[in-house]
Amino acid sequence: MSILVIAEHDNKALNAATLNVVAAAQKIGGDITVLVAGSGAQAVADQAAKVAGVSKVLLADDAAYANQLAENVAKLVASLSGYTHILAASTTTGKNVLPRAAALLDVSMITDIIAVEGPKTFKRPIYAGNAIATVESGESVVVATVRGTAFDAVANDGGSAAVEAAASTGDAGISKFVSEEIVKSERPELTAARIVVSGGRGVGSGENYHTVLDPLADKLGAAQGASRAAVDAGFVPNDMQVGQTGKIVAPELYIAVGISGAIQHLAGMKESKVIVAINKDEEAPINAVADYWLVGDLNTVVPELVSKI
Amino acid sequence: MKALVAVKRVVDANVKVRVKPDNSGVDLTNVKMSINPFCEIAVEEAVRLKEKGTVSEIVVVSIGPKEAQEQIRSSMALGADRGILVEADDSQLGALEVAKILKGVVEAEQPQLILLGKQAIDDDSNQVGQMLGALLGAGQGTFASEVKVEGDKVQVTREIDGGLQTVELGLPAIITTDLRLNEPRYAALPNIMKARKKPLDTKSPADYGVSPATKLKTVKVEAPAERKAGVQVKSVDELVEKLKNEAKVI
Repeated sequence: MSILVIAEHDNKALNAATLNVVAAAQKIGGDITVLVAGSGAQAVADQAAKVAGVSKVLLADDAAYANQLAENVAKLVASLSGYTHILAASTTTGKNVLPRAAALLDVSMITDIIAVEGPKTFKRPIYAGNAIATVESGESVVVATVRGTAFDAVANDGGSAAVEAAASTGDAGISKFVSEEIVKSERPELTAARIVVSGGRGVGSGENYHTVLDPLADKLGAAQGASRAAVDAGFVPNDMQVGQTGKIVAPELYIAVGISGAIQHLAGMKESKVIVAINKDEEAPINAVADYWLVGDLNTVVPELVSKI
Repeated sequence: MKALVAVKRVVDANVKVRVKPDNSGVDLTNVKMSINPFCEIAVEEAVRLKEKGTVSEIVVVSIGPKEAQEQIRSSMALGADRGILVEADDSQLGALEVAKILKGVVEAEQPQLILLGKQAIDDDSNQVGQMLGALLGAGQGTFASEVKVEGDKVQVTREIDGGLQTVELGLPAIITTDLRLNEPRYAALPNIMKARKKPLDTKSPADYGVSPATKLKTVKVEAPAERKAGVQVKSVDELVEKLKNEAKVI
């Protein structure tokens, strides 16, 4: 077995999501090659070479890969033959690039694997996580994205893989990067955080979201999330949305404040180890998945909680 | 310009599905079916582009059972002009087969804009738009939260993990919609009546030279592990105590 893992990065640093994908690759078993497609991304390749379990790093360095445009990166991935498996993280980048590469290779793809049952058999959630399908691929090349929270990250040191240059396939000439607006935050990254504090419609306003939840997140060193209702109401930016259509998180502790617990929200957080719900509604569906729930006004309960932990 | 919108008939978003006792799949008998929410957003976007004068004709295509006609009619009631139903057995279709059929439809219809939802809420694959882009050699603007057509280019603002990214694509272009792109309108009764008279062609995968046989085999479908029932705590003190001493997470 020969596995190609597509590195997730910003041309400067390797994204931790890649470490979970390497872990999934190890479960499949075989030689693991990491592909770093970027521009001026030597540092990323060097970091990837140190990742435990990686036997080779391919660095494709070209301005065409600077912004991970799917048209260019998928073309590169499809040009690299000889692999039995091609894996990427289930991030917006992985989901954008990999299906395109799979179609270029004329093979079906598996999204969001959560378990490796065999070299060609995997488990994945369907219907917003309300069912788990076991899928067997009959393709010569298995192409799949990996749900990071389902695999424990491998160590980012201890490896000593060789870095080789990969030939660029150039710019496909059908798309162009225009601009990017990245939300800056001092808090831990949402999908990798040990504790997540999330707010829903119940927090009332953007101002109240920060007044009430910031101190709690600060005290716990937590990342902040939100339900779709809170994002749609403009309380917080969309990249904080947890759910079927937002991010999937599985922290040790998830604190849902003013979130009712719609199916689509639960899809993004119900694998959390411990779930706490703080809601004024005794009948809120979130209580059914919560380990501990407290019925009360979040405006008094949360500050009290902050003062007591 | 012509816009093609792909829509899928799926179980309604508010239905809590049940896995069949024989683990062969999810039980969809007597379950409410609807147009996939992301597809509805794609239809709405096409209709808005038509209202702005950018798009002149909207063709809606659905691949699935005969009943998917209902979803095509709903799309027509929202403002689409014409429909194509490619009748096929859903269980045999993977994203790659769907993309191949859509490629055939695109080649026959020659649209400049191809709009799809970013994912169907039943299989949650998030693949078809990207695959279609590859098969057509067209640019893709996935997870779109804003679409601006300017001459023979389209600027698409995409929702990415860290925030937003804007890309510019040549035409024809593939756009897959995110939830925040727009808020779909409700169909008015007169429009529902009018939609019944709009043309709807029926085709088969063979008409596009595609054999619908996915190489992904679903071995079994199971219910997810149940979480063990939790407890209601009466006070913040009790909550802190439980988190510290019982769950040991803080």
